[in-house]
Amino acid sequence: MSLLKIEKLNVFYGDVQVLRDVSLEVKKGEVATIVGANAAGKSTLLRALSGLLKKASGSIRFNSEELLGLPAFEIAAKGLIHVPEGRRIFPLLTVQENLEIGAYTRRTEGNLKKKLDEVYAIFPVLAEHKGQAAGSLSGGEQQMLAIARGLMAEPTLLMIDEPSLGLAPLLVAKTFQVLERIKGEDVTILLVEQNVVRALEFSDRAYALENGRITLHGTGLDLLKDPYLKKAYLGL
Amino acid sequence: MSSTLVVQLVISGILLGGIYALSSIGLTLIFGVMKIVNFAHGEFLMLAMYVSFWLFHWAHLDPYLSMLISVPLFFIIGILTYKVFIKKTIGAPILSQIFVTVGLSIIIENLALLFWSADFRTVSLSYLSRPIILGPFSGLGLEEIIVNKARLIAFILGISLSIAFYLFMRFSYLGKVIRATSQDRTTALLMGINIDRVYTISFAMGILLVGIAGALMIPIYTVHPFVGFEFVLIMFVVVVLGGMGSIVGAVVAGLFIGVVEVFSGFFIGPESKQAVYFLVFIAVLVLKPSGLFGEKGEEELERIEAIGE
Ligand SMILES: Nc1ncnc2c1ncn2[C@@H]1O[C@H](COP(=O)(O)OP(=O)(O)O)[C@@H](O)[C@H]1O
Ligand SMILES: [Mg+2]
Repeated sequence: MSLLKIEKLNVFYGDVQVLRDVSLEVKKGEVATIVGANAAGKSTLLRALSGLLKKASGSIRFNSEELLGLPAFEIAAKGLIHVPEGRRIFPLLTVQENLEIGAYTRRTEGNLKKKLDEVYAIFPVLAEHKGQAAGSLSGGEQQMLAIARGLMAEPTLLMIDEPSLGLAPLLVAKTFQVLERIKGEDVTILLVEQNVVRALEFSDRAYALENGRITLHGTGLDLLKDPYLKKAYLGL
Repeated sequence: MSSTLVVQLVISGILLGGIYALSSIGLTLIFGVMKIVNFAHGEFLMLAMYVSFWLFHWAHLDPYLSMLISVPLFFIIGILTYKVFIKKTIGAPILSQIFVTVGLSIIIENLALLFWSADFRTVSLSYLSRPIILGPFSGLGLEEIIVNKARLIAFILGISLSIAFYLFMRFSYLGKVIRATSQDRTTALLMGINIDRVYTISFAMGILLVGIAGALMIPIYTVHPFVGFEFVLIMFVVVVLGGMGSIVGAVVAGLFIGVVEVFSGFFIGPESKQAVYFLVFIAVLVLKPSGLFGEKGEEELERIEAIGE
C-alpha cells in the first residue's frame, strides 16, 4: 500500500500554474527521487505536500488520509516532514536548540533527550558544536543540521530538497552516506536532487518532472538507463 | 561638579531606566516576533495605570498587590486584542498595520477620556513617602545619597522581571519556540509549530509586561488619558536603540536613556529632556544603524554565551 499517493495535483502561484496533473506514489520503506531541471517545480511540489501552498487542487493522501487543505503544522504532526531547500536552519538558535525545535511534534521530556542522543550518534559533528549559534556553522554542517532537525521529528516520510546543493564533492559523498544510513533506520524518503546519477542509483523509485508535469517514472535504474534522460541531464 | 551629585544623578537615572526597560521589553518582544510596531503600547500602559489606580481607589488594594489582578487581566486583554485587531494585519502591508495599531491607540485613549475624564489622578502611599537616605560615605568622599522608595521598588521589580523574562526566552522550550518563529516563520510551520498560537501568546505576554509596568508606575506618576503618549516615545527610542527585538538591548538602552534623561533634566532643564534623548538617539543610530544590540550584536552575544558553556 502506498504511504503517499498524489493524484492529479495542480498548484498555482497566483494565476501561474506551476504543477499540472502530477500523480505519484511512494511506498513505505522506499527511497523515491524526483529529478528535473531548474524551475521544473520540484520544490513547489514539496511545498504543496507540506501545506505551505494554498492554491492547489487534486488529492494528496498520506496513510490514506487526505492532506490537501490542512494547515502546514498539522501535516508535520502527522509525520510528513520537509527539510527545505537552502537548509533554513534557525541561525541565531544554537545547534542543539535547532534540534529541540525539530522535535516539536514529539516533545516529551524523556523523548527529547533520547532523540538528541540518537541524532548526535549519526552526526557527531553536530554534537561537537551543539552550543554554537547554528548560523556560524559551515554550509555542509548546516545541511547536516537541517537533516538532523528533520529526523528529530521521528518522520514517517522525510522529504529532502536538494541536500547536496552548493556542497563540495567530499561533502556530497558524506551527505549520501547519511541518507543511506537514514534509509537503514526505516524512514521513507522522498528526495529532490540535482545530483542525478547518485540519487537515481540510490532510489527504489524515481520520477522526472518537466515544466510541472511528470514525464517519466520507474525504478531508479530505469531512469538512469533512459536515453532521453541521459541526454537531458547527464549530457551523454 | 561634586562627586556626590554625579553619583546621585547616576543612581536616579538607573532607577528611572529600570522602569523604561520593563515597559519597553513587551514592545520589543511584539516587534521581534511578529514584526508589528504596536503604536498602542503606551495606551496599554495607561490602561494598566488606571486599573491599579481604580483598584486602589475603590478597593484600597495596594498597587503592588494589584499586579496579581493585572497579570491575568492584561494577558487576556492581549489575547483578545490579538484575535480581534492584530491577527488580520499579519503579513499585510506595513501601512495597514500602522493604521490598525494607531487606530487602536486613539480608540483606547478616547474611551479612557469618555469614562474617566481628563482628570489627573495619583496614588500616594504613606509608607513610600519618606525617601531612603544612604550615607554619608566619608571614606569615599560622598555626602548623603537620596533614594526614592517607589522608584527603588519599581527598579528592583522591573529589572528582576526583565531578567526572568530573558531567562524564560533563553532556556524554556516555549521561549525557544518563540525565538525560532521570529527567525523564520515558514520553517517554524514545517516543524509543526502553530504560528498563530505563538503570535497570540507573544502578543499577550508583551501586553502583560506593560501591564506590570503600569502597576509599578502608578505610585510614581500621575495617570490621565494621554499619559501613554508621553511614555510611548521613550519606549520607541529604547526599542530602536536596543536593536529592535533584543531583550538585553532594551534593558541596556532603557538604563542608558534613564541616565541621559536625569542628567539633561538637571543640567539643561526638564523641559528639554525629550530633545536631548532624541539627539542621543539620532547620534547612536548614525554611528551604529542596527542599534546597540542589533541583529549582529545579538548573534555575537549568543556566540559569547555559547563559548561560556
Ligand atoms: N513564490 C513564488 N511565486 C511565484 N512563482 C514562483 C515562486 N516560487 C517558485 N516560483 C516559480 O515556480 C516555478 C517552479 O519553481 P520551483 O518549484 O522552485 O522549481 P525547482 O525546485 O524545480 O527548481 C519556477 O518557474 C519559479 O519561478
Ligand atoms: Mg528547488
